Amino acid sequence: MIGTYILEISYIIASVFFIFGLKMLSHPETARRGNFIAAVGMGMAILFTILFHTKDEQHIGNIGYIIAALIIGTIIGWVIAKRVRMTAMPQLVSFFNGMGGACAALISLMEFPHLAHGGLYTQMFSGEVLDILLGLVIGSISFAGSMIAFGKLNGNIGDLRIKWLRYVNIGFLVIIVGFIAFVMSMGEVDPSQIMGWIYLLLGIALFYGVLFVMPIGGADMPVVISLLNSFTGVAAATGGFLYHNQAMLTGGILVGSAGTILTVLMCKAMNRSLLNVIVGVFGGGGPAADQVAGSIKEITLSDASILLSYSKKVVIVPGYGLAVAQAQHLCHELENHLEDKGVEVRYAIHPVAGRMPGHMNVLLAEADVSYDKLIEMDNINPDLPNTDVVVIIGANDVVNPAAETDPSSPIYGMPIIKASEAKNVIVMKRGMGKGYAAIENMLFFHDKTRMLFGDAKATLQKLVNEVKSL
Amino acid sequence: MENILAFIFENKEPIFAIILSIFLGIEVISHVPAVLHTPLMSGANAIHGVVIIGAIIVMGHAETTLSMILGFIAVVLGTLNVVGGFVVTDRMLEMFKKKKK
Repeated sequence: MIGTYILEISYIIASVFFIFGLKMLSHPETARRGNFIAAVGMGMAILFTILFHTKDEQHIGNIGYIIAALIIGTIIGWVIAKRVRMTAMPQLVSFFNGMGGACAALISLMEFPHLAHGGLYTQMFSGEVLDILLGLVIGSISFAGSMIAFGKLNGNIGDLRIKWLRYVNIGFLVIIVGFIAFVMSMGEVDPSQIMGWIYLLLGIALFYGVLFVMPIGGADMPVVISLLNSFTGVAAATGGFLYHNQAMLTGGILVGSAGTILTVLMCKAMNRSLLNVIVGVFGGGGPAADQVAGSIKEITLSDASILLSYSKKVVIVPGYGLAVAQAQHLCHELENHLEDKGVEVRYAIHPVAGRMPGHMNVLLAEADVSYDKLIEMDNINPDLPNTDVVVIIGANDVVNPAAETDPSSPIYGMPIIKASEAKNVIVMKRGMGKGYAAIENMLFFHDKTRMLFGDAKATLQKLVNEVKSL
Repeated sequence: MENILAFIFENKEPIFAIILSIFLGIEVISHVPAVLHTPLMSGANAIHGVVIIGAIIVMGHAETTLSMILGFIAVVLGTLNVVGGFVVTDRMLEMFKKKKK
């Protein structure tokens, strides 16, 4: 009995560790310790569960297999997490999230036949059945959705932009809700006899998870991953409810609600509603071509390098394109060479730059860019009129003045980096393609703007060489 | 109807914990700077790996071969979530720290 007491107390302590960990994770100075504390809480909960958990007076069996599984999972997880490139971070988070979702779904799948608790029949219309089915459905959606999100960010899967797909998705959601109601209305049955239905529900939920993420654009994946993250949290909590397990309950719900808030914060930074992201497909095509004043002016590499080398203040605006081209190291190299020539170089970080909010900070930190050079949008904007050159690398929508000037624009109202206020603007871009929002960017046609076309990595390399040789 | 009320009554403690945890989650996160969004998401991702406990319990009481196999997979996947999640978060945060000096 004493073991049970210790176990329950350890769950309470683990819950407190999770709460503290999460709290500390939201401050830059304490973040790393917070992560460690949460990990300690997790390790303790796992260890004590193996040692002290009992069900109907029976201790945990199959310990050899459990430890083997723990070791296998640890090795694979550790190696992947240590080896993966920093640019691939978002898809990795998505992958691990999917694993958690699958785990939750499997638990529901295995617990369902045991619903009768040793008896033969059980009433399907109960909170316990609802809880298990929700765990199954939410876990599967999270798993399938995360795998698609992983594939999209990894470049294996493209977008499926079909307008009617959203109606199909709503239909599927109705079917899933109806299916749960149908199972619960079966009355007194032997749960192991209706597993066929349960597997069918699993299949539908998995399929829905795929369809749910398929139409959402690649640039919106961070929001989706954050959303699926909170889904998995809820799925874990259903398990906690089932076992009356405090650690699972607190941990799961905490992530569920924090994840939802994080998702909303991300949407806000892009000035979009969550519904807008999920339903996807941006509206109109933006201003018509005849509204575009001015023309595109290119700049040669040598002109660009001279312009940069003889400036006093340079601000680099990195974007999605820089992350895709993995050019952050070259970016840092350019910064170093310019600093050697006495140019002050800083980075302007838009809240949603990169593939995830804060992703750009991580990428640049990896390339050894000093932390105090990364300036948040609100702090750099007032200083832009005094800036000689703004270099935009692979960013588009986050510097589009239409967000301020054109009420009909889909991104109207999104805060932007006011690049056009600087004395000169150099835009590094692959081609004249539009940003994710598929709207024309007036900044590119601005008098002060010069374009430098080409792959961000190759162009930066050439630019670095030019600057070096000056 | 009585059925539902009885269920809520019997589970009043977990329901209480759920409601408080929801507010706690919102409160804890609402002042986070955008810089930390990615590590925070990753850290939260590791915490919901607590689902591993459920997997261990199922596996620990598994009797049939099928449930043994499914349980084994569940434990492996759950561990991936936990270990991978914490290690990757640490890697991200390590970079911030080094640069701050």
